[in-house]
Amino acid sequence: MAGTSNPTQIDGQLFEFLLRQGDNVLVLGHRTSEWCGVAPALEEDIALTNTALDLIGQTQLWLGYAGEVEGKGRSANDLAFLRDVYDFRNVLMLEVPNEDFGRTLMRQFLFDAFQVPWLTALCASSNQNVADIAAKSVKEAIYHLDRSTETVIALGDGTEESNARMQSALDYLWPYVGELFGEDDVDKAMHEAGVAPMPATLRGDWETTVNSTLSQACLTLPDSKFAHSGGRTGFRHTEHLGHMLATMQTLQRSYPGAAW
Amino acid sequence: MALASISEAQVWDWLEDVPDPEIPVISVVDLGVVRAVNVMDSNAVEVTVTPTYSGCPAMAVISMDIETALAKQGIKKISLKTQIAPAWTTDWLSEKGRARLESYGIAPPRAAGGPERCPRCKSEAVERVSQFGSTPCKAQWRCAECLEPFDYFKCI
Repeated sequence: MAGTSNPTQIDGQLFEFLLRQGDNVLVLGHRTSEWCGVAPALEEDIALTNTALDLIGQTQLWLGYAGEVEGKGRSANDLAFLRDVYDFRNVLMLEVPNEDFGRTLMRQFLFDAFQVPWLTALCASSNQNVADIAAKSVKEAIYHLDRSTETVIALGDGTEESNARMQSALDYLWPYVGELFGEDDVDKAMHEAGVAPMPATLRGDWETTVNSTLSQACLTLPDSKFAHSGGRTGFRHTEHLGHMLATMQTLQRSYPGAAW
Repeated sequence: MALASISEAQVWDWLEDVPDPEIPVISVVDLGVVRAVNVMDSNAVEVTVTPTYSGCPAMAVISMDIETALAKQGIKKISLKTQIAPAWTTDWLSEKGRARLESYGIAPPRAAGGPERCPRCKSEAVERVSQFGSTPCKAQWRCAECLEPFDYFKCI
């Protein structure tokens, strides 16, 4: 596959790449929106729903462009609401249930710490649309990282109970982080075309942010190197994504084409 | 109403009267979301807008308000173009807009990352309550002197 320059194949791989970007923010955006009205404090409720709103806004940009590249007339809405589990290309970490506020914020932090250097790198993409979407999104991602970092430190370095919950959130999520740095033919094709760097090259930056924050948060980095995979290729999602989509897509599934 | 000819400056003037739906004391021009005006002929105008935050729900209302305002002036064909690059920045807020924000009770954005002073009593003893506020573009702060909470327009 590597080195081929068949335009259809490149477009197909660009489409896959764009779905990965869009589905990550869509799935995390939806999970985050589940806190609307039930967060532990009013300020946190507002922060979570604003974060969700940013992520859904970014989704519209990524999936809107994905639809254009695919060239079959599918809109961002079609892609979000009318695809099934195995068509989704998000990493598994983002689809697991929120569990509690601690795990929600730990996941946000682990993702933000990746997303900031990733989107920063994409600002220099050879694909102008990718660069434009990244430049728009990274401003929001930097803000999200500020907040998730502070909250992880406050809760980790908090009470015995909050520290224990954050440690358990970290232990639970850790086996999912490796997928952020996965590499396959799509990554290689994007790298060769100058669209995106290989995700693995960001691991050093990511670890610096994560190690420094977790040590301030009095949390212990898990030892395990095991990494779940299957989300970004669609090969194997967790059982949780189907349940999430059932809620997220119910309106468009029941009343196809409904609009307001 | 038939119009002989209209200038871009005239259209910008009209848009100066279109308030931001969430912060009605500033116009969409003051906010910096109107990026370009292109007069095709006396009946057709194209306006280019850029979103503040990518998911800001006010953008749909802003587009509708711009169309309505121009239609009232007799423009028959109004097309709205959305552009995301260069990405919107609070640097595009006009000086007039910044002053109006403050007198309305919203501290204007500052590169330092926080408000300079309380928009009500002007005390500099201010503290952050939350990084997020009532709209995507604002954060919640509070004054330690007059004890009033207030919105701060985030700097991005």
